Amino acid sequence: MRGGANGLAYRGRTASIGFAHGPFVRVDADAGGERVAGNLAEEALALRAAIETASGQIADLAGVAGGEAAQILEFQVALLDDEDFIETIFASIGEGNAADVAWRSALDAQIADYNSAEDEYLKARSSDLADLRDRVINVLRGGAGLPLKVPGGAIVCADDLPPSRFLEIDWSDGGGLALLRGSPASHVAMLARARGIPMVVQLGAIPHAGTMALLDGEGATLELDPSGEQLRLFEKRREMHRKSRASARAILRRPTAFWRGERIKLLINIQRVEDLDHADAQYADGIGLMRTEFLLSERGGLPDEETQFRAYDAVMRWAGPRPVTIRTFDAGGDKPVAGFTIEGEANPFLGLRGLRLCLARPEIFAVQLRALARAAVRGNLKVMFPMVTSADELEAGRKLFADIVQRLRAEGIAAMLPELGIMVEVPAAALAIATFKAAFFSIGSNDLAQYVLACDRSNGALAPLMDPLHPAVLELIARTAEHGRRAGPSVSLCGDMASDPRCVPALLNCGLRELSVNAAALAQIKQTIDRLSSGGALG
Amino acid sequence: MLDKADGQIFNGSVRLVHAVGMHARPAVKLTKLAKRFQAHISVRVAGAPDWINAKSVAKIMAMRAAHGSTIEIKASGSDAEAAVEALVNLIATDFPDEAS
Repeated sequence: MRGGANGLAYRGRTASIGFAHGPFVRVDADAGGERVAGNLAEEALALRAAIETASGQIADLAGVAGGEAAQILEFQVALLDDEDFIETIFASIGEGNAADVAWRSALDAQIADYNSAEDEYLKARSSDLADLRDRVINVLRGGAGLPLKVPGGAIVCADDLPPSRFLEIDWSDGGGLALLRGSPASHVAMLARARGIPMVVQLGAIPHAGTMALLDGEGATLELDPSGEQLRLFEKRREMHRKSRASARAILRRPTAFWRGERIKLLINIQRVEDLDHADAQYADGIGLMRTEFLLSERGGLPDEETQFRAYDAVMRWAGPRPVTIRTFDAGGDKPVAGFTIEGEANPFLGLRGLRLCLARPEIFAVQLRALARAAVRGNLKVMFPMVTSADELEAGRKLFADIVQRLRAEGIAAMLPELGIMVEVPAAALAIATFKAAFFSIGSNDLAQYVLACDRSNGALAPLMDPLHPAVLELIARTAEHGRRAGPSVSLCGDMASDPRCVPALLNCGLRELSVNAAALAQIKQTIDRLSSGGALG
Repeated sequence: MLDKADGQIFNGSVRLVHAVGMHARPAVKLTKLAKRFQAHISVRVAGAPDWINAKSVAKIMAMRAAHGSTIEIKASGSDAEAAVEALVNLIATDFPDEAS
């Protein structure tokens, strides 16, 4: 706000780095869009049709999204199906209120009720209701049968955005996401980073409407209706970012990263097989973490052995001689899966999740282990178990796995027991690291930090406390790395820290020589290491 | 329309063992099951003044039944007896997935 000619600038926090210049689109229902009310009968019909359309949209989304999102959406569908609830809204229309007014006031009353609850869980439901409220209003205002109408390349601004709505938007022409609240640790932020969509959160109130916007994911700024000068500076920053990325990409093509004369292995994390299509993926030293939860969210329930084998085999073929570390199902916690995870745990992050759940559901686990044992003969496969607390769990998993390999061989099917390792994310495992007979360790810094710091990583209010560089977290990372050095097993880190240039010096100083990062961050991290190596001040 | 069959009312009561109480997922399951029956079904937390329509998810959620509370069920209509039995069973078995 230097010159009167300048547009308005807001500052938030970075959730995903990148730059976007495009039309500014608010997706909350409050933004503009007036509709002309009809007579009583027309209004009742309009609401009836809008509810039906919304219900269909949500059911479709639930089918695509699966998992946790599907269960949350199911509640919304149930509410639209609730005759008592809907009746009161039609009664209000009967009294002369417009459909959108009647709908909004009924939903707002519910939302206020949930917000006043003591219970954090019920409070959190209010955002689902806001989502539902806005969806129906959007349909009433002519959003027709279409989901969120967002022009290509738009800067989408919302209070907060559930992952389902992010998935509805077509990001193929780029664009950016500007949230008034939100958190860099949210699921939406992960989705944005995975797709390379710039995202800024916690922008606070934006009372003004704008037509065009500039979003700088690096400086965490949003500028509305920028002046020529603002646009010039923005383009300059974007160009600097592009150049630094270009030089990072040049570095990417060099075979190895070195730091203080030691080779640093850089691997990539993938969420699904398609992530390997990323242009930079080919430069990775291997796959440090392949998550397998995507298999659990496909339509048609839990995946059979053949479906799983095909996915694992595709990755093995892509990798050739390079190592591929596949993590067994990490369901539970914030990732519930119908028919698999336990419902209604009071504290799911401390509940039956990861390997604990797999050992409790051996019939589901066995299918995955069979598929993995078959994929192991195709290349350099390593399998790791998530959420391990004690060495007994690793051994129980190993025994199951070994039995399955034997059975497959008895059936005449090629199979072998791959190298077995564990994720280090439970503080107890990090502290008692020497008790595990693992071939390798991979530090899951997101969960490790959350457990060590006692901070829910999805809770934006705890953001200042949720510091992965806290000495206690670094101490556990250093101890794990030190154990690897002394006893032999390789140690890598696959959490968000590895993809964050600000954390890399600390990780190298902790003794880590293997990092697994998102493909989109590979170039930048390689460049960071290169800079540190050539006498960068941070080293 | 209510209590049409023979006016007979069936009752049941069951303890809510669900760890977090009557939250969204249990509430959705309960209303879905209730809707499979013709009977008029009401529930309340034991001792509460008002009976609540078991087919309304908004009202079931608003009931704020906590873990360990006792849920009373009453139903009238042609399949009322089966409805009470099914709902008691659903709550007693902690809302298993197959029931939805």
